[in-house]
Amino acid sequence: MSKSEELFKLYEGLSDAREDLTPEALADEKSLDAIFAASQWQLMWRKFKRNKVAILGGIVVLLFYLAALLAGFIAPYTLEARFVKYIHMPPQRIRFFNDGKVQPFVCGVDLTIDENLRKHYIPNCDERFPLRFFAHGEPYKLLGLLETDIHLFQAPEGGIVSLLGTDRQGRDMFSRVLYGSQVSLTIGLLGVLMSLILGSVLGVVSGYYGGWVDDLMQRLIELVRSFPSIPLWMALSAAVPPHWPPERTYFAVTLILSLIGWTWLARQLRGKVLALRHEDFVLAAKMTGASDAWVIFRHLIPATFSHIIVVSTLSMPSMILAETSLSFLGLGLRPPVTSWGVLLKEVQNIQSIALYPWVFTPAVAIALLILAFNFLGDGLRDAADPYTV
Amino acid sequence: MLAYIGRRILGMIPTLFIVSVITFIIIQLPPGDFFTTRAIEAAMSGGGQDKETVKKMQERYGLDKPLHVQYWRWISGFPRGDFGYSLEWNSPVLPIVLQRLGYTIQVGGLSLLFMIAVAVPIGIYSATHQYSFGDHALSLVGFLGLSLPGFLLALLWMFLGIIVLRIPVGGEFSKSMADQPWNLAKVWDYLNHLWPPAVILGLASTAQLQRIMRGNLLDVMGQQFITTARAKGLKEKKVVNKYGVRAAINPLISVMAMEIPKIISESTIVGIVMSVPTTGPLLLRALETQDMYLAGTFLLFMTLLLMAANLLADIALAWADPRIVYT
Repeated sequence: MSKSEELFKLYEGLSDAREDLTPEALADEKSLDAIFAASQWQLMWRKFKRNKVAILGGIVVLLFYLAALLAGFIAPYTLEARFVKYIHMPPQRIRFFNDGKVQPFVCGVDLTIDENLRKHYIPNCDERFPLRFFAHGEPYKLLGLLETDIHLFQAPEGGIVSLLGTDRQGRDMFSRVLYGSQVSLTIGLLGVLMSLILGSVLGVVSGYYGGWVDDLMQRLIELVRSFPSIPLWMALSAAVPPHWPPERTYFAVTLILSLIGWTWLARQLRGKVLALRHEDFVLAAKMTGASDAWVIFRHLIPATFSHIIVVSTLSMPSMILAETSLSFLGLGLRPPVTSWGVLLKEVQNIQSIALYPWVFTPAVAIALLILAFNFLGDGLRDAADPYTV
Repeated sequence: MLAYIGRRILGMIPTLFIVSVITFIIIQLPPGDFFTTRAIEAAMSGGGQDKETVKKMQERYGLDKPLHVQYWRWISGFPRGDFGYSLEWNSPVLPIVLQRLGYTIQVGGLSLLFMIAVAVPIGIYSATHQYSFGDHALSLVGFLGLSLPGFLLALLWMFLGIIVLRIPVGGEFSKSMADQPWNLAKVWDYLNHLWPPAVILGLASTAQLQRIMRGNLLDVMGQQFITTARAKGLKEKKVVNKYGVRAAINPLISVMAMEIPKIISESTIVGIVMSVPTTGPLLLRALETQDMYLAGTFLLFMTLLLMAANLLADIALAWADPRIVYT
């Protein structure tokens, strides 16, 4: 008896048992109908939807990527805009009601220097700067293409709006964190993509052919994995010449990250393919004369697709963290390329955390994003296997 | 069993050989060498070294020879315990590396102990109180631990120590203790500086361990021998501790083995942030100055440590679980 016949029998049996049905049970039967008719992807989606935390994680991740995409628009200032009058200024509060009407504004800031030569910025609310929305500011390229100078919000002439304070050169942290997210988020995505290509092809080939190909691949993976990852990353990034242009360094770092990342993916997929390669559909394809490449790319890789998605989501956090750690050590990306790791490098000095805790905000962004990714990945993993409850 | 261990150790030799080749290539990758880097550093601070001196030094240390000759010079010393000479520290690299590795092992071992001591009870609690408030809260804390990378936790700890608790943090000893001879107070001070990096290293893995312990125990508690134990009228406490946990704890050893590489690798960066003498700070410095034998030997020994830890984990698993047969 084939699978579909079995399923049909089961279905018949279920509806037989429910001849004497109440309205609720009938509704139940309808949902059963839907379940039996649903495709695998629909089943996964149903299961995923039930996991509220995973949905929340997914939304947060999406928001992060959206913010990175529109960084130039959301950020009030550019990456390198400096305000020499406001060095290490604490975050400003936005107040929403100005004299009883709804008008978001920030207060002016007075600078006093105490006897220890420490600067104190004291908000002075006699001077009010209502925020201008969709206002003209410094020019930037939207999505890297469209030249424009419209920003989501701007402080009026003579004022400054700095939601997360400023750093030691008087640069707006909020804008810098946003611009930094562009690099940090894409390097994770690109790194995962590269290890995905390497890992899925090698993993599927290894599982499909077996024999010496598989042996060779497994030894190779073992070899790569016998290195401790962070020291190896450190050694490889130290080899990136400091005089390389930023784009080249960026790609070199991405490549270095995926050099280790692919092994995990390859292992996972090999196991999956080992289980799949004796399935009927593979045999059927082979008997109709399909080539190995056809079987691999048209049958095996699509069949493992849900797992590829899960595994790549789960490996995003470690990719992003690896870049952050490397840049933090001064081995990965270097200024003028700005990632969260580069921003955090300035915090290395404990004194600055003590005196100016707001320069620590990139760390909060990292923790939030990683948490969201972990929740999302966890939910996806549960959903990828929709047949177990 | 002994034959198995012997075979595993023999099997490590070819891997180590390839690792040494790869390591050597990697540390040779950066343009220039120790002397050119030093010349550049000197030039930046206003000093200078003429090209002749640099060349002479390169000749003296054999840095002008082709790669394979240099590689041979390096590995031919291994049997004699000679792993090269650190140009920056003016000393053979082996004692430097071993000392740092020793500290790394201490921190790593302590963090493993911490992991077990924290994760197992939490896992048991979560499994026996599934979906309770405590279970959810502990899972969330675990997730947080999983999401905060080691170096952020280390920074956070330094921040807490300095600002909130106002205690000296970081380093191997307190400043006042560093030069004193060993006595009880110094040992106490040493331990006081040892546990924070260990806890920070252990936190991320604790989350993983606690989740797996919870899952395992839940699986085991659904099995028939548990029902039988309950039907016999055993106390629930005994059913959980003697029957459930005993069976659920075995897979944890292999999970821990998977966490060991993470600990070794994270210890470098945590060491750098907290300025404790793990392998990290020196490795970073060696990479920056291109003190290549030091950097290479660090990488080699850390790989060896990782392999040894994996072997130990496999042996521990065989010892703990009589069902596993090694061939």
